[in-house]
Amino acid sequence: MSARRPYVRSMDGWWKRDAYFISYMAREVTAVFVALYAIVLLFGVVRLSQGEAAFNGWLQYLTTPWMKVFHLIVLAVFCYHTWSWFNIMPKTMPIIFFGGKRLQPGTITGTGLVASVVACLAVLLIVRGMS
Amino acid sequence: MADTEKIIEIQVLRYRPEQDKEPVLQSFKVPFTDDMSVLQGLQYIKDFLDGTLSFRWSCRMAICGSCGMMVDGKPKLSCKTFLREYYPQGLRVDALAHLPIERDLMVSVEDFVTKLESIKPYIIPKEPRTLEQGEYLQTPQQRDMYEQFSSCINCMLCYAACPQYGLNPSFTGPGILALMHRYNADSRDGGQAERNELGYADEGYWGCTAVGYCSEVCPKGVDPANAINQNKMASAINYFTRFITPGGAEK
Repeated sequence: MSARRPYVRSMDGWWKRDAYFISYMAREVTAVFVALYAIVLLFGVVRLSQGEAAFNGWLQYLTTPWMKVFHLIVLAVFCYHTWSWFNIMPKTMPIIFFGGKRLQPGTITGTGLVASVVACLAVLLIVRGMS
Repeated sequence: MADTEKIIEIQVLRYRPEQDKEPVLQSFKVPFTDDMSVLQGLQYIKDFLDGTLSFRWSCRMAICGSCGMMVDGKPKLSCKTFLREYYPQGLRVDALAHLPIERDLMVSVEDFVTKLESIKPYIIPKEPRTLEQGEYLQTPQQRDMYEQFSSCINCMLCYAACPQYGLNPSFTGPGILALMHRYNADSRDGGQAERNELGYADEGYWGCTAVGYCSEVCPKGVDPANAINQNKMASAINYFTRFITPGGAEK
């Protein structure tokens, strides 16, 4: 008879075990906030379809103190979302050679971050131009 | 020698299946010098304090991949980790996380070895050549496509760093998938179709959620997270096109 009795350790609370896992879970949780904000915007579209008064009411609601706090939280979370996903992006890409040299992970992350900042500024400018 | 002898406390998670119902911590006071690795600390315990302590080791220079363990909760090669980094607070040593403990610091490697065999970790020549035809030629850039992934020493630190493997051991896991990619990415190899069956399965590339810690802890710079995730695109394309390509659905 075998004397082997391999012991399997529990995975309970695994994500609290290492700071790396906590930052990973934080990255995953940001998706919930993205979904929440999508619902807020979707609600705006619904109000828009109900006419000008309804839409203005929604705009008014966005300026209430509670919604301002919500927006600040969402902004902070979105910043982490953007950084953390572009940070993992190099892992998802094949090995790329550029002019005979291998494209470095930092370049991929940096390009993504610059692109997102440029996109945000462009949207801001367009919205400014319209109002 | 100028080094004065210091004493460090090493807590070791013991598990002796014949007497312990579950793993228990045991503490040892180990005299050490600045050039001593955690592995040497364990060897001191085995030689002078408790000969029943079990752990694996061989080369002492980060080549063989035998001495992986959790040092203060982080997956490390104990030969490549130094006691001085944990002085004076001391350290705790556990068997590699996510793997069944066989005895003390030794984990079961059965699952790993079975999976390793299953992925055909050898070159399946694209075109068979005779000796007279000479060697298979490869450009430096073709070599660069797989070289880092070929540095794997099967130490399983990446498995101890992968919560997805811990939660679901049927996941093929970082190290083996990186080795699968190593052969698939080799210009001399023609075995992709055979290996992709495993790679494209739920237990293959898709079991990975890009935690990325495997690449962080790898002592050889293999970057398993990259090896795995760069295949998801090809797998997704395969998934959606297999119904429209002739004979694709049977694959």
